[in-house]
Amino acid sequence: MGTKTRPGSKVKLNSLSLDAKNYKQIAKKHEPSRNVFANCVRAFLAGGVICVIGQAVQEFFKAVFDMTEREAANPTVAVMIILSIILTSMGVYDKIAQWAGAGSAVPVTGFANSMCSSALESRTEGLVLGVGANMFKLAGSVIVFGVVAAFIVGVIYAIFGIQVRHL
Amino acid sequence: MIFLWAFIIGGAICVIGQLLFDVAKLTPAHTMSALVVGGAIMDAFGWYEPLVKFAGAGASVPITSFGNSLVHGALSELHRDGWVGVITGIFDVTSAGISSAIIFSFLAALVVRPKG
Amino acid sequence: MLIGSQTWEFSSKPAIIGSSAVVGPDEGKGPLAADFDYVFDNLELGETTWEKAERKLLEHAGSIAIMQAGISKEQLQYFVGGDLMNQIISASFAARTFGAPYLGVFGACSTSMESLALASLMVDSGNAGYVLAGTASHNCTVEKQFRYPTEYGSQKPPTAQYTVTGSGCAVVSAKGSGPRVTHATIGKIQDLGISDPFNMGAAMAPAAADTIVAHFRDTGKTPQDYDLIVTGDLAAVGLPIVKDILKQDGTFMDQTDFQDCGLMIYDRGKQPYVFAGGSGCGCSAVVTYGHILKRIQKGDLNRVLIVATGALLSPLSYQQGESIPCIAHAVAIEKEGL
Repeated sequence: MGTKTRPGSKVKLNSLSLDAKNYKQIAKKHEPSRNVFANCVRAFLAGGVICVIGQAVQEFFKAVFDMTEREAANPTVAVMIILSIILTSMGVYDKIAQWAGAGSAVPVTGFANSMCSSALESRTEGLVLGVGANMFKLAGSVIVFGVVAAFIVGVIYAIFGIQVRHL
Repeated sequence: MIFLWAFIIGGAICVIGQLLFDVAKLTPAHTMSALVVGGAIMDAFGWYEPLVKFAGAGASVPITSFGNSLVHGALSELHRDGWVGVITGIFDVTSAGISSAIIFSFLAALVVRPKG
Repeated sequence: MLIGSQTWEFSSKPAIIGSSAVVGPDEGKGPLAADFDYVFDNLELGETTWEKAERKLLEHAGSIAIMQAGISKEQLQYFVGGDLMNQIISASFAARTFGAPYLGVFGACSTSMESLALASLMVDSGNAGYVLAGTASHNCTVEKQFRYPTEYGSQKPPTAQYTVTGSGCAVVSAKGSGPRVTHATIGKIQDLGISDPFNMGAAMAPAAADTIVAHFRDTGKTPQDYDLIVTGDLAAVGLPIVKDILKQDGTFMDQTDFQDCGLMIYDRGKQPYVFAGGSGCGCSAVVTYGHILKRIQKGDLNRVLIVATGALLSPLSYQQGESIPCIAHAVAIEKEGL
């Protein structure tokens, strides 16, 4: 995160004077760097594996229930969400996530984890004020921004009369 | 073959998320919101459906697909019912995901407590 | 008595006649496990909420300290305490159990030394006979309030710290035997613009450096007057920064043993999930009251300076883009009869 200068943000020791600017350099020097490459490799592997599991579930629905690609999409999402909620309830998902990073956060399982973890954590505040009010504490922003973006796209299509071809 | 592409495309979308975490230093909430908006914009140009056809779950499991589905719902009802469809259609396709996440999270909260 | 600009000298040298450290399972796996009075083997502590578990830690530590002091609950005249929860509920609810007149204080993770300094001041000025000072933190309450739900899958950066589940309490008295509190330096808020809540060590380091420099300036002491100087919870990121700053400033901390409670409490090699090290109110409290006081009593250490550091942020201030104001309070403790 960045630094901001404000009046009085100075430390005067015996001979050394620190301000936000020169302190940031000192702090940076001692900050262990994030291993971005290793994190990306892990995110790739974990995300890839979750998507392959999703594909397998989808193939299962197509083969066993004779569904089309589009029909199989909804039950597939539901199964992935149930898997995520089971792992979250067992206290395993957060351990996976420390290793996988975005690999477990970006798939729909991460969305379910954010809702389930909020629900579990706020259970002690009751079903209404706790679970009900807090379930979307983390997932809410995703829905809000998704809906607003979809609305804007829809309005642009409506105003300019763009033909919807890719449905 | 579809499994290989699901792995590669799904993994690649997660790498974008990881870069937003580590390089752009975004919080998880900012990252997920950005990816959803990204998925919505891709569908506005009609680019997400081809990706789903090509990579299967690799494109439909990541959260970007949520943005795609929201736009898809809005556009298909706009096509069918006119301008009011923009409002009524948004949650059309994503209902399964949101509803099941609400229901199963609620049920989980009834029976288990967080492990810490 | 005030000496210099911000240091109290306690001429009567109040004694710590009883002290205790109670910890959770992860601290019980750390290198200081043998020094703690009680180790809980689970995070729930048999309670229904995390908040009740944190309160139980404090109640447990308080009653052990009172017992060790050899006084009854009714003889306790004041309780000075605080914690990290909103409206310091753990300390206030524990005070309900203790029944003593109560002063709630908040200094985030510096609460341990803030409460000890105030308790010593009350005893030294003759306004109290027995004062209990204590604080507690619980990993899950802090995660829940300051970060994310405990089961949420977020990846922590290597600068992150792990909140100690534990509580430390001390009974300070005008008479009786035990390690003596000689000085307390009350810190000033320092804020050099660090706003990343996952990098507390770097945010708090300037406050620690400022208080250490102020302590030596006010008392005329030098680092070598102490056998051990510990900071509260700067951990693997903040401690090297303080060493660096103090070296540049001409305060030679290599003349003494200069360590950090957040690094002492865990074995980072065997417990990688603690990342940079420990933090939280309980961190400096359990290391001081569990480990360091025992070493003083054994005659292993004569004079010790404990510099507890606190990051005074709230989730609200962070979300509004504010940087993190930090503070450090130093308390000097020496062996009885020096």
